[in-house]
Amino acid sequence: MKVRFEVNGSSVEADVAPRTTLCDCLRHHLGLTGTHAGCEHGVCGACTVTVDGMIARACLTLAVQIEGGDIRTVEGLAPAPGRLSILQEAFKRHHALQCGFCTAGILMSLDHFLRERPKPTEAEIRDLLSGHLCRCTGYTPIIRAALDAADLLANRRRAEKTDA
Amino acid sequence: MKLSPVDYEAPGTVAEALDLLAEHQDEASVLAGGQSLIPLLALRLAQPAVLIDINGVAELYGVSAADGWVTVGAMTREYVAEESETVADAVPLLAAALPLIGHEAIRNRGTVGGSLAHADPAAEMPGIAAACDARIEIVGRTGTRKVGAQDFFLGPLTTCLAHDELITAIHFPPWPSARRWAFEEFSQRRGDFAFAGIALYYDERPDGIIENAHVGVIGATHIPRRLGAVEDTLNGRKFVDTVLALAAKTASSSVEPDDDIHASAAYRRALVGTLVERSLIAAANRGRAS
Repeated sequence: MKVRFEVNGSSVEADVAPRTTLCDCLRHHLGLTGTHAGCEHGVCGACTVTVDGMIARACLTLAVQIEGGDIRTVEGLAPAPGRLSILQEAFKRHHALQCGFCTAGILMSLDHFLRERPKPTEAEIRDLLSGHLCRCTGYTPIIRAALDAADLLANRRRAEKTDA
Repeated sequence: MKLSPVDYEAPGTVAEALDLLAEHQDEASVLAGGQSLIPLLALRLAQPAVLIDINGVAELYGVSAADGWVTVGAMTREYVAEESETVADAVPLLAAALPLIGHEAIRNRGTVGGSLAHADPAAEMPGIAAACDARIEIVGRTGTRKVGAQDFFLGPLTTCLAHDELITAIHFPPWPSARRWAFEEFSQRRGDFAFAGIALYYDERPDGIIENAHVGVIGATHIPRRLGAVEDTLNGRKFVDTVLALAAKTASSSVEPDDDIHASAAYRRALVGTLVERSLIAAANRGRAS
């Protein structure tokens, strides 16, 4: 079946079998291997993307259901080639990843979350991270990175307001 | 694992969905939010020949209220119900349970009707339906019927839905504003299936006598259901410590949990008692100056 949708602002088309998950469609049909297939049954959170502006598990959605949809993946986070987003920079600074397998999903959840909750508490971030499994970091550096990124994003917003 | 090969149909109306169900019968699975079904398919615990995707059936979406009853369309996403002011005002017990379903990414796609059809006795939606005596509206080719939650759930992952029927909505009965209620569950991590949970409410006469107690349980029975024996210990009594202790003890002996890798049956029994006690205290204190 042919399916057409937007990924990170570009129109794409893929010819998929109905059983193809959005996760496999992104990885195998579109070559967007930043989205990771972990448990493939909705538990680990590694494949988290946004669908029409809301976070979702790409392994629990069929590609054929995404017709006309607007998908954002980890490939869409960096502002330009060779640059990282504020959140990604914070992950790097705080060693919030080791093997990196879970990172794409966590970045997608946090990126979305920090837009909605610009002043998160540690408890809120812990709540959010409960939807993601990380077997390397023990989560603490991820929480530090998220709080740091939230501060930097808040400062940037303040600076933008002053400029305007 | 990957899903087995499967055909895919996407009807645009309930009538079209029913035609497809009649055609494929037990070879078909209805795909709503997919947050329970797709894991079953990925683990190959289910291998239907065809998926009937009802996401495009507009008439199955939405929350509405009439004559005190609140109706939630089967395809209403859990996050929509969670954010609904109608639900918050008119079925506060449901509003309290919805944020505890899985994680945000799950609730963004998971649906109210899908959770009922999946009928996991550890899940919040079926437990709330049972506690509230909600009525589940089912449509088949011969017409519609409304089934009380106590008759809808037949066993773990088993309901009274026939192969050619579809859930269209769930109806919650009127809710007096002074009603006392609480939902308490215990899970090891936020978002996990709870070891057990208690959804309860009661009305209080001006003299403090409890009446119309409803106590529903999740995670400790094979069918999401009310605990009549616990309700009997509450109805006609005042809220005092001895009643609390009796209700908790009765609850522990009213459930039939299994041992599993997460918790022993004995632990779950004890937990059910504790949760009854906690939720009764929470219900009694809600809205009162402490």
